[in-house]
Amino acid sequence: MLEASNLECVRGERRLFAGVSFRLAGGEMLYLQGKNGSGKTSLLRMLCGLTPAASGDIRWRGRPIGKLGDEFRSELCYLGHQNAIKEELTPLENIRSSATLAQETLDADAALDALEQLGLLSRADLPCRYLSQGQKRRAALARLVHEKRALWVLDEPYVALDAAAVELISGLIGAHLQRGGLAVLTTHQTVAVPAAALRELWLGADDAAQ
Amino acid sequence: MSKPVINWFRYASPLTFYPLAGRLIPWFWTLAAIFGVLGLTIGFLLAPTDAQQGEGYRIIFLHVPASWMSMFIYLVMAFWAAIGLAFNFRLSGMMASALAPTGALFAFLSLWTGALWGKPMWGTWWVWDARLTSELILLFLYIGFIALQASIDDPRRADKAGAILALVGVVNVPIIYFSVQWWNTLHQGASVSLTRAPSMARLMLWGMLLCTLACWMYSIAIALMRVRTIMLERERHTDWVRELLADKE
Amino acid sequence: MVESIRAVIGRDLRLAMRRQADIVAAMFFFIIVVSLFPLGVGPEAAQLRRLAPGVLWVAALLATMLSLPRLFADDHRDGTLEQLALAPQPLALIVLGKVIAHWLVAGLPLVLLAPLLGIQFDLAGDALAVLTLSLLIGTPALSGIGAIGAALTLGVRGGGVLLSLLVLPLYIPVLIFGAGSVDATLSGLGPQAHLSLLGALALGGVFFAPWPTAAALRVALE
Repeated sequence: MLEASNLECVRGERRLFAGVSFRLAGGEMLYLQGKNGSGKTSLLRMLCGLTPAASGDIRWRGRPIGKLGDEFRSELCYLGHQNAIKEELTPLENIRSSATLAQETLDADAALDALEQLGLLSRADLPCRYLSQGQKRRAALARLVHEKRALWVLDEPYVALDAAAVELISGLIGAHLQRGGLAVLTTHQTVAVPAAALRELWLGADDAAQ
Repeated sequence: MSKPVINWFRYASPLTFYPLAGRLIPWFWTLAAIFGVLGLTIGFLLAPTDAQQGEGYRIIFLHVPASWMSMFIYLVMAFWAAIGLAFNFRLSGMMASALAPTGALFAFLSLWTGALWGKPMWGTWWVWDARLTSELILLFLYIGFIALQASIDDPRRADKAGAILALVGVVNVPIIYFSVQWWNTLHQGASVSLTRAPSMARLMLWGMLLCTLACWMYSIAIALMRVRTIMLERERHTDWVRELLADKE
Repeated sequence: MVESIRAVIGRDLRLAMRRQADIVAAMFFFIIVVSLFPLGVGPEAAQLRRLAPGVLWVAALLATMLSLPRLFADDHRDGTLEQLALAPQPLALIVLGKVIAHWLVAGLPLVLLAPLLGIQFDLAGDALAVLTLSLLIGTPALSGIGAIGAALTLGVRGGGVLLSLLVLPLYIPVLIFGAGSVDATLSGLGPQAHLSLLGALALGGVFFAPWPTAAALRVALE
């Protein structure tokens, strides 16, 4: 379903990687590894269509993502380095407004349920600026609980999380894969995602990864 | 099949364009010099003295070409910007940024010579005439473009942002010109009229035309030189620039 | 479509309400700048009346400049802008929503303050009405055109100053027709022509500007 061929990334004057190719089918997860600065985040942003690739192309269901536009974006869930959490809003308002912007309906009960699963129920009505780093990350990840879009692109989802939350997120990703979804993620921790058909990609080791 | 073509433009075009521009530049300089000498000879030696304005009018041989060029260059810049956005050619972004300083220079020259002309003619350095005001705003637009490109580090982003600004500018220029003219007709009490005597001597027209051609050739020559510099700067890590510089040493 | 625009407006208004100090600061900036002019040029009523349209309009442009840098900067910093750019609806629609919200928060207060400040300048009833009306019609154009500049200077060194450099020249037609409408009323010509041109600019500004703005945002996110 998701297919990348011969991707090249140039940042400023440095070539971060070249010749990156992979193919990911429903139910599979791509686990992206590499040192700091090897271009993991850049690759994820390319897969979302935020950054254009210097060369190579990315196809979703056989068609280039640049041509698909809205059709591709409506199947994509991206979680970036930054949390995309508004400090002025409460966790509840945050996940509901991000669902609305993604043109999904998330009623208050479902939203509260998501927050409960991530242990934020007692903070649901507190502006996010009073939350800790880890709690903010959880508020961002709460989006995943009821997320039904097919392709998840997650940049360091486990950062700043405690062991219980890591396990919970892994469970969510596993359930998503079992529904036939796809996931691409980067992480520095080794995390076991249940029931995942795992593919790995090393960036920066050599140019012809995988 | 379309991919190799794009790659050719993306990667090979500076390689072929750089030496081509190098060969063309001397020719444009020569043409600029020839047209310039001819135009100025006609303008300063042969053209008759103006009945109303005396000798002072002769500044139009620089003033009018400068105004024309400042407007024309903005259009060319917007054209390159559009090409660059539509087809993602690197060369066109470089062309736009190479043209901007020349356009700004002509806009400035036009204002400066306008002021020099205005002092003896109307007794004041500056009047809020529609044409002068529009030219001033055009200069602002050029400065905005140059400042925006200068403050973005990544050259590709600078090209794209500049291109968007140039296109927005080119849509706005007619609106601005129209609004300034409107404003001017409303506020013009007993101020001066800039329209010259309707029958300009044929020789004057020729002089002005030649001077315009000289400015035009100069713009091309200087823009090509600037493009070459930009190319070297941006591609200094590529093999062809390294080889080129190694040869020179 | 309307639904998603409304969602963006709602979100931005809610955020603005949680940060009211910013709105109030921009309003006081407008009041102070306008009040400085009589101190600078003297309190003679006839002269003030002549200056009023220009002064109020220029102050409105400057007050708008004050709020523009934050139009996209906050969303850019916390990653929300990426989410907006990846949302299924066209980015230009989201921008349109943000422009409308910006006008409600930064433009509309200026319109509401204008009659009060006009009284300071000894404007008569009809001129005062036309001044307010011209701001009501013209300020949406300021938000729309300003959004282009805000997107182009997003994350750029010295963004605020650069933004003024890019946007203020583009504001000139709005200034001319806006202030001109009041002038025309004062001189007995009637403001209709000015106001309809101003309306055309506002429509163009609000509905055309989101497209280049969206393009500039995508460039900024690369």
